[in-house]
Amino acid sequence: MASRKEGSGSAGAASALQGQRQSRRCGGLGRQASADRRAVQYQMEMMRSLRHVNIDHLHVGWYQSTYYGSFVTRALLDSQFSYQHAIEESVVLIYDPIKTAQGSLSLKAYRLTPKLMEVCKEKDFSPEALKKANIAYENMFEEVPIVIKNSYLINVMLWELEKKSAVADRHELLSLASSNHLGKSLQLLMDRVDEMSQDIVKYNTYLRNVSKQQQQKHQYQQRRQQENIQRQSRGEPPLPEEDINKLFKPPQPPPRMESLLIAGQINTYCQNIKEFNAQNLGKLFMAQALQDYNN
Amino acid sequence: PHKQHYWSTFPGRRARPAAFAAPPPQSREAAPAACAPTAPRAPRQRPCRAQPARTRALTQQSQGTAQGSASQQARLHCLPTHRRAASPQPINGLKDGRGGRWTVDKHSVEVTNCFSVPHNESEDEVAVDMEFAKNMYELHKKVSPSEIILGWYATGHDITEHSVLIHEYYSREAHNPIHLTVDTSLQNSRMSIKAYVSAPMGVPGKTMGVMFTPLTVKYVYYDTERIGVDLIMKTCFSPNRVIGLSSDLQQVGSASARIQDTLTMVLQYAEDVLSGKVAADNTVGRFLMDLINQVPKISPEDFETMLNSNINDLLMVTYLANLTQSQIALNEKLLSL
Repeated sequence: MASRKEGSGSAGAASALQGQRQSRRCGGLGRQASADRRAVQYQMEMMRSLRHVNIDHLHVGWYQSTYYGSFVTRALLDSQFSYQHAIEESVVLIYDPIKTAQGSLSLKAYRLTPKLMEVCKEKDFSPEALKKANIAYENMFEEVPIVIKNSYLINVMLWELEKKSAVADRHELLSLASSNHLGKSLQLLMDRVDEMSQDIVKYNTYLRNVSKQQQQKHQYQQRRQQENIQRQSRGEPPLPEEDINKLFKPPQPPPRMESLLIAGQINTYCQNIKEFNAQNLGKLFMAQALQDYNN
Repeated sequence: PHKQHYWSTFPGRRARPAAFAAPPPQSREAAPAACAPTAPRAPRQRPCRAQPARTRALTQQSQGTAQGSASQQARLHCLPTHRRAASPQPINGLKDGRGGRWTVDKHSVEVTNCFSVPHNESEDEVAVDMEFAKNMYELHKKVSPSEIILGWYATGHDITEHSVLIHEYYSREAHNPIHLTVDTSLQNSRMSIKAYVSAPMGVPGKTMGVMFTPLTVKYVYYDTERIGVDLIMKTCFSPNRVIGLSSDLQQVGSASARIQDTLTMVLQYAEDVLSGKVAADNTVGRFLMDLINQVPKISPEDFETMLNSNINDLLMVTYLANLTQSQIALNEKLLSL
């Protein structure tokens, strides 16, 4: 795959990948949502044209560019689900231009796990259904390893480019000035953790409401029974049985999908931060070695 | 050797000019004919070689931009993949460029994108699928509206008569189009990429012709592009042209290995100069001085404190990240109770 990236960097330019399991060519879709009719038309036309010129035109997935790895959103889930539902092997490529600018190409491919596909198909995101499916935030996406394979002609061209291009500065990877990136990642992580705590609070109130309601129901039943016993002892007819459920409407369980997504996102952030830190530690130790040698 | 003057009738008619000895139809390997310039207008204009070559189909996909210099510049930003077309029909393509850098003073254009257009090429005539070209252009415009058509490319070693016709067609689409040749037949074991601009020549009123003046081509990358290209370039070194994406520390390792290599080279050069094998060069010496002085001189205590505080920061952040992860795992377990 030698693919073109639409590195727009902000808010995800989504675009379609064509080619076989190995993606060969990307076509940009601009900022249009994947469900837009014009986008679909564009895709069909593009594929037809590509087929005309004998390029691989099978749809394999789509890509999206993000900031700092913040891609676990509802929109992405829905799009990926629709793609994966239609085409079994579709993947979503996540490209992070900011991390790439720091020296190493940041490209990851994800698919939805089969369990999550099941849940999405049912469209039932209540807590019971998710518990039944036993989905944890780690089981939402599975990462597919990316392998780059070039034909001989491409290699020849790359040699040409190498000769022609200047020996530019290729050492951003070894730069020690990285606190900015770290700061921003941490900021995003904090936001997410706040959201998560709010979500937890909501869930807790829901649980508390449910238990309170149970208690009320229980009390009501007890009172009923006592009244009935009293009435029987006095010889009056017992009170009619009322439908308890109508009196005590059970509260709505909060949707669990959001919290799953947030947990997944937090997990991704943490992974990225840890990776980044590992690199930085290595660089710092190298700088120390250099300085020791100097002294 | 048989000298041929290459020009073509103008415009729209078939490329069979009067004083032109038609190239032998069968032999694709005609003897290279050097065009003797009748009247060189200026030193920079050199006529092209006439050599019938077969334009083969290739969609070109590399990440690089080409920049021209001298009087006119053409910056190319070529994108899609190399792929040999299975069909026997040659395909040439259309190039888009990012909006309007073609100014009179600067004389440089930047090519950012291209797509291929099928066309039929036989001995006598050329048919380009214009509908297809227009369609593709419209589609591309929807995605990147600031791109305009800059010219066209063809795969092959040299310029043929057909190129002239196609070039004419494109001169209707774009002002002063650029013609690019990508040599996939690997003549001279190089894949040479050349750019040309057409200029009319000949005797006005009588036989007019078209001359293709070469431009110099330079490659220009964006930062992130270059990093991607570096990665892709690694497939050149692996035996089955396959590489995977490496993990974090590995990348640092490979980057430092690269620096180590360059440092050894520099050291070797210094040794050579000292032992007298290579003549000393002052500019290189100055660069070396700059290099050495770039390692900052800090007192050891200051450096220690700086290093330790940085390391502490990083360790703390790692610890917090781990804590957060265990928190959400715990949350998950609690919810499923």
